[in-house]
Amino acid sequence: MGENPNMDTSQAEEIVKTVTYNVLRYDPDKDSKPRMQRFQVPVPKGRTVLEGLIYIKENLDGSLTWRSSCRMGVCGSCGMFINGLPRLACQTQILDLNADEIQIKPLPNYDILKDLVPDLKPLLEKHKYIHPNLVRREGKEIDGLTGEFFQTPKELENYIQFTFCIKCGLCLAACPTVATDANYLGPQALAQTFRYNTDTRDEGNQFRFDLIDTADGTTKCHFAGACSDVCPKGVDPAFAIQLLKRDMLLHKLHIKRKEKGVPILGKVTDGKRMKGVPDAPEKTV
Amino acid sequence: MLKESTYWYLFLLAGLFILVLLSIHMTIMHLDQLLVAIGIGSGDVLKFQSVLARGRQSFFMVSYIILLGAALYHGLYGLRTILFELNLKKGLQTAITAVLLIGGLGIFVYGTYVAIAAKMM
Amino acid sequence: MEQKNKFNNRLGIWGWLSGGRYGLERYAYSLHRLCGLGILAYFLLHIFVTGSRIDGQGSWDSAMSSVEGIIFKIGEFLVFFAFAYHGLNGIRLILTEFGVFLGKPKRADFPYKQSTLRQRPVLLVVMVLAAILTIVGGWDFFIAN
Repeated sequence: MGENPNMDTSQAEEIVKTVTYNVLRYDPDKDSKPRMQRFQVPVPKGRTVLEGLIYIKENLDGSLTWRSSCRMGVCGSCGMFINGLPRLACQTQILDLNADEIQIKPLPNYDILKDLVPDLKPLLEKHKYIHPNLVRREGKEIDGLTGEFFQTPKELENYIQFTFCIKCGLCLAACPTVATDANYLGPQALAQTFRYNTDTRDEGNQFRFDLIDTADGTTKCHFAGACSDVCPKGVDPAFAIQLLKRDMLLHKLHIKRKEKGVPILGKVTDGKRMKGVPDAPEKTV
Repeated sequence: MLKESTYWYLFLLAGLFILVLLSIHMTIMHLDQLLVAIGIGSGDVLKFQSVLARGRQSFFMVSYIILLGAALYHGLYGLRTILFELNLKKGLQTAITAVLLIGGLGIFVYGTYVAIAAKMM
Repeated sequence: MEQKNKFNNRLGIWGWLSGGRYGLERYAYSLHRLCGLGILAYFLLHIFVTGSRIDGQGSWDSAMSSVEGIIFKIGEFLVFFAFAYHGLNGIRLILTEFGVFLGKPKRADFPYKQSTLRQRPVLLVVMVLAAILTIVGGWDFFIAN
């Protein structure tokens, strides 16, 4: 390790304290049930829980397994149950936890594949179930797109918050309904239902309402709000689900119905230029 | 079969009915001393004579029946929601719905009979 | 390839009550559910106990005397509290579940206040009102009676 100057930790920042990592271990080939294992991890200022795990893998136990990729809260791979809350390991600094012992378990409410790796398949299947894509009555509008859809910044504001979902699955780990119920669609999929239904380019409202208006849909959300408490991207799934419930009611009562999506704009030049807006620069490639 | 959300809207509506009627019921029956203290209660709400007197009034009979129906629906639908979250098989879910529906209707018939019979007494 | 021996890590019913350091709303939900079940159990019993009144005064009096003990009194008081909380929290839930008090969606710029925090004051009001009603009820049940 020391040979690579980039990986040299000998000149690293001063070690502030040493914490105990209490990590869940489960090897599907050997163990019948999980066990806990302790490691001592030195902590310089700013070290994240994920970096602590990397330290263990490099220095203490190479067999420790988890899933991570971008280490900056974008890919959503490193969701773990850290000291009583589902969190992203890469966004949680050890010193912020204010504890001498850090307990790390895989996200609850998912099957454990190995050590800290949860099986996120149910999450992704439920996400796919609600058709997370623009649905248009005329399919050719999507397949052979000839121009952009017309959408104002104000219309974008109504759903943009919910587009930041990174499918890390923390919300399902926090949800009390999911704790017992494998069939419940869950905060992630329902929040995405709202996101696409609210998109003015989409025409799939009725279609998605039919998909989720079952015993496993919105009626199983009781606004415990835990999903929103743990969401690392501010998606606020509980908020989206309550708004979805309102939209479902208004749709049913014929008060607010989105019958048609916005039209496709013609060529870029078809739009009317506002006064004082200069021409686009010449193409460079 | 109605959509699940329709049952849920009825559940909320029943909840609102209960809130109004049960608040009256609770105030008369359980905050009786408070009513005495502010001078509009007699304080012997559980005596058979006062029970009988209330039962003879149409207002109480009608509100008892509405409260009975709303509370049974709200309570049993709530129970069903909780049970359905236990990851049960489809067949068991249908059986639970049937049992709660038949049981609820049976209790409703009994309760309505009591309310009407008490009116006649 | 599907892995065979995965370990089921679902929290189960324990996950309804606890499971982590979540916000107040998740525990409000647990209490709401517990109170609802308590009221339902009492209510079903209540129908049959009070149904005895159509068989005349003797039947009523014996039914009343069978539910006279201090245990029943405490039980009734708990039901009173359960109703106060379940009802008040129910109003909050009906409103928030249709988006009232939650504000409008907007780009989440951190530091960011999520919907649960935006409606938190309403939950606190609910709890204070439920506490006041419980105190009034306690006075009526145990002191005035």
